[in-house]
Amino acid sequence: MTNILTATDNILQITLMISFIGIALSLALLLYRVITGPTQPERAVALDAIGINLMGLAGLMSIYLVTTKLNDVILLIGILAFLSTLAIAKYLEKGVIIDRDVD
Amino acid sequence: MIETWINIVLNLLVALFVLAGTFFILSASIGVVRFPDVYTKLHAATKASTLGIAFILIGAFTYLYLEHSIVSGKLLLAIVFIMLTAPVGAHMMGRAAHTSGVKPYLKNRNDEYEHAVKVYKKKNQ
Repeated sequence: MTNILTATDNILQITLMISFIGIALSLALLLYRVITGPTQPERAVALDAIGINLMGLAGLMSIYLVTTKLNDVILLIGILAFLSTLAIAKYLEKGVIIDRDVD
Repeated sequence: MIETWINIVLNLLVALFVLAGTFFILSASIGVVRFPDVYTKLHAATKASTLGIAFILIGAFTYLYLEHSIVSGKLLLAIVFIMLTAPVGAHMMGRAAHTSGVKPYLKNRNDEYEHAVKVYKKKNQ
């Protein structure tokens, strides 16, 4: 019985390593798209996806370190990624971020 | 006895959730690299990334419940927040791309949003 439990713990550790490698690969691909994007909105889309990948990386790290202190970090990365996406979209659309016309 | 079996099953469940989330996030990133257009890249980056992050956070929630026996509401709140804000960000980014002059990839289909913008501007003059 304890043998099966340690075996599943080992399976979980190996799965976490595979997931870290997969998300690192995904970050490398998105960074390639950020550097060589043909247009500016594609770079912004890739930056938004990088923010979401960082959230996933923090979640995986909270599993790997068996801690609860990274939950605030996950929420904060999500909020900052959303605000930065909105700011970049406003800037690409109108040239200014804070304006007065209502639409 | 029964608690050990529950721990085994929950460990396997966490591994399955984390692996599924990694698969969806990696496929979203491959889509962002491979798709030909801003709008199709937006489609890949928004939907698949949302599903993958939901899977990974559900896995973290289950693992924290298993190890510390706490129910972390912040992780569920993060899932809800991502599902609320990803479509809003995608909509803003798509409209910004269309306004800044990025043409859609399919040339033979007409651009209905451009037509709607023309009608709106003509009506407001």
